[in-house]
Amino acid sequence: MTKTSSTKVSAIGAMTVSKAVFLVFCTLIATLILTLGFDVSGALAADPIPGQLNLPIGANDLAVMLNAFHDDLLLPICFGIPIFVLVLMVYTCWRFSEKRNPNPSTTTHHAMLEVVWTVVPVLILGVLFIPSMRVLYASDKALDYAFTVKVVGNQWYWHYDYPDHNNIGFDSYMIATEDLKPGQKRLMEVDNPLVIPEDTPILLQFTANDVLHNWSVSEFGIRVDTVPGQLNEAPLYPIHEPGTYYGFCSELCGDRHSFMPIAVKVVTKAEFTQWLVSAKKQFADARSRADEAVIQLAAK
Amino acid sequence: MTYTPAVDDAHEAHDHRPTGVKRWLYSTNHKDIGTMYLIFAVISGLIGGAFSVYMRMELQEPGVQFMTNADGTPNGHLWNVVVTAHGLIMVFFVVMPAVIGGFGNWFVPLMIGAPDMAFPRMNNISFWLLPPAFLLLLGSVAVGGAGTGWTVYPPLSSSLGHSGPAVDMAILSLHLAGASSILGAVNFIATIFNMRAPGMTLHRMPLFAWSLLVTAFLLVLAVPVLAGAITMLLTDRNVGTSFFIPDGGGNPVLFQHLFWFFGHPEVYIMILPGFGIVSHVVSTFSRKPVFGYLGMVYAMVMIGFVGFIVWAHHMFTVGLPIDVRAYFTAATMVIAVPTGVKIFSWIATMWGGSIRFELPMWWALSFIFLFVVGGVTGVVLANGGMDLQLHDTYYVVAHFHYVLSLGSVFAIFCGMYYWLGKMTGRAIPTWAGYVHLISTFVGVNLTFFPQHFLGLAGMPRRYIDYADGFAMWNNVSSIGAYISFASTLFFVAILVYTLFAGRRVGANQWGEAATTLEWTVSSPPPFHTYNKLPVITDSGSH
Repeated sequence: MTKTSSTKVSAIGAMTVSKAVFLVFCTLIATLILTLGFDVSGALAADPIPGQLNLPIGANDLAVMLNAFHDDLLLPICFGIPIFVLVLMVYTCWRFSEKRNPNPSTTTHHAMLEVVWTVVPVLILGVLFIPSMRVLYASDKALDYAFTVKVVGNQWYWHYDYPDHNNIGFDSYMIATEDLKPGQKRLMEVDNPLVIPEDTPILLQFTANDVLHNWSVSEFGIRVDTVPGQLNEAPLYPIHEPGTYYGFCSELCGDRHSFMPIAVKVVTKAEFTQWLVSAKKQFADARSRADEAVIQLAAK
Repeated sequence: MTYTPAVDDAHEAHDHRPTGVKRWLYSTNHKDIGTMYLIFAVISGLIGGAFSVYMRMELQEPGVQFMTNADGTPNGHLWNVVVTAHGLIMVFFVVMPAVIGGFGNWFVPLMIGAPDMAFPRMNNISFWLLPPAFLLLLGSVAVGGAGTGWTVYPPLSSSLGHSGPAVDMAILSLHLAGASSILGAVNFIATIFNMRAPGMTLHRMPLFAWSLLVTAFLLVLAVPVLAGAITMLLTDRNVGTSFFIPDGGGNPVLFQHLFWFFGHPEVYIMILPGFGIVSHVVSTFSRKPVFGYLGMVYAMVMIGFVGFIVWAHHMFTVGLPIDVRAYFTAATMVIAVPTGVKIFSWIATMWGGSIRFELPMWWALSFIFLFVVGGVTGVVLANGGMDLQLHDTYYVVAHFHYVLSLGSVFAIFCGMYYWLGKMTGRAIPTWAGYVHLISTFVGVNLTFFPQHFLGLAGMPRRYIDYADGFAMWNNVSSIGAYISFASTLFFVAILVYTLFAGRRVGANQWGEAATTLEWTVSSPPPFHTYNKLPVITDSGSH
């Protein structure tokens, strides 16, 4: 590199500093406005609302933590960096258009600048990394579980087992559109939802009988593959608000992949005890009928 | 770059120049083979695009309107087949043939001053393996169709999920396409290492040639792993092995590890040549050499290397140990750094330049911005924790279409507008180019930006029908898809017009800043170039 070009380098360096402050400022303002707009538009209901822009509001501590990580840290980066790049590009295109700058510089190196644009992204990622790990490890933390629920994926329905409650077990099929009662949601309601008590940490176990499926409920911060021949586990953080929460199978599983939704009914502890009594009867009967059928089949 | 003019065009006309079947079917000429690759990519692109329009039509309104069985019930299998075909076609039969086979074949030899590729006959078989591969894939649709997704995960893809011959045909199709890529990659490596013109050291080599070199290494290292994985799947299906069948002691997750060890480098295979194209375009139209040439080169090498050690970020929900997920989160984030270096180097190339806003430059500028948008959502998805909310949702679909459909494809159009004059000797009418640019830009953003919202709200991908709350953004997305496809059809029309009636252009359409060697030969270049090798005496450009 010749001497003339190195003086040009420092001139351009000086220009970069004065403009960069302005650009960073613009970026911050724009990011702030946009992310604030995003924050208030998150879903308030437990199912997708028309025009929803952001994650649904978390129903337990894990989902709240995940959503906060997304909204407070990732979202500003998602807006900030593209806006910064856009502003920088627009400014560059305006300032260094053929008309304004007929004679191009010949600068091709600037060591300091190259170090900065390597180190600054590393720092940003460093800032991201620690909360990211906190959220990740929280999603795998062993809680003081009250009991276990086993989720089994099948083509194309879910099966739930309560091994700590007399092995209650039942299938959960989607209610077909033509059988929906008024007020029920298309492609979301099931005949037998998973029933769990509020404010109770539960161990969820996952497996599948045929192909891969994925059991997911965004409000709970859970999305786990059910893999045949493998038992996956995830903690279900206590749900604070009783109600019905919905999810969808999130791993391609064949013909009716779109038609095996997940519905979880969160009830008060008293209601759960009551439900257990009736469920034991209802599903135990179903189970013994199934067992009888198997015995008869074997006898033949 | 200073060079000694090497060719006397008047003499080229006397060369032996075959015609008809001999010229095309038996072709050993890198330019003809490149042309065939490009035509192939355009045709399969229209087919793959038609599949996506079919999908967006189905998704425009809640309920199943088009893909139904005879009794009116939703035909989920047909849907899955269309999703799978769209993915495989776009990856293996559109983007790869266009950037590697098409632009790579055309311009790597021209840029490095080589008369042709190192193994011209192997180049021929590389291309001619693709049409049968494509026919096998389309044929699999005729025998029931593979509704497995482009990822072909067992057990859905094993006999349990797909008992007919369709998946076997799709596997063989991938084998052929894979063999084609490996042969092509070997050819590029041999060409670039051995056939650079005198004086062109590796560190003087144009960035597009560098991008193809890195891509070729990724192909050679990654594609055989895919071949192994799908061969194991094939034997699981047909000869009773159980690599991936739990009943026989196998593990379905093993397939995912093998697939993504290929699959992740594959996405860089699709984007790296685009990086090369954009570097040349930005430099040419800023009338300034590329800023930080060495940084650009080693950023690509770094992206290629790191691309091999991040595969399990596609598998955050399969039940990997938590520490493994932590590692893959960290490794994945690292990729943002060399990618950032490239983005900033492009802007620094423009900074202080004298920018001319011709069509290729607009495509390059759009590419840079849209790639950044796709990049930041990649940083979101890199977090193993966030995958608890976003795995297999439309957020993922939005992310990878921003980097592929709006990244790779914009780079392909950028290359088309930049080099079509060189390849055909004719220029695209400017007004038509702007119509195409603007309609594509609006169309693809309208298609894919709302999909971020759908994903955050929890809509899973690969769904034929969805809960009513998702309807609004799906409608917007479908309208965008129609605009994009109409725009693509318009581009094909422009292309045909240009080939036959476009305004003629000279050897160097873009002026003095287009310094690479391809601008020293006539437009279109003679059948055989560099019968006398050019000599590079100085690396003035960097």
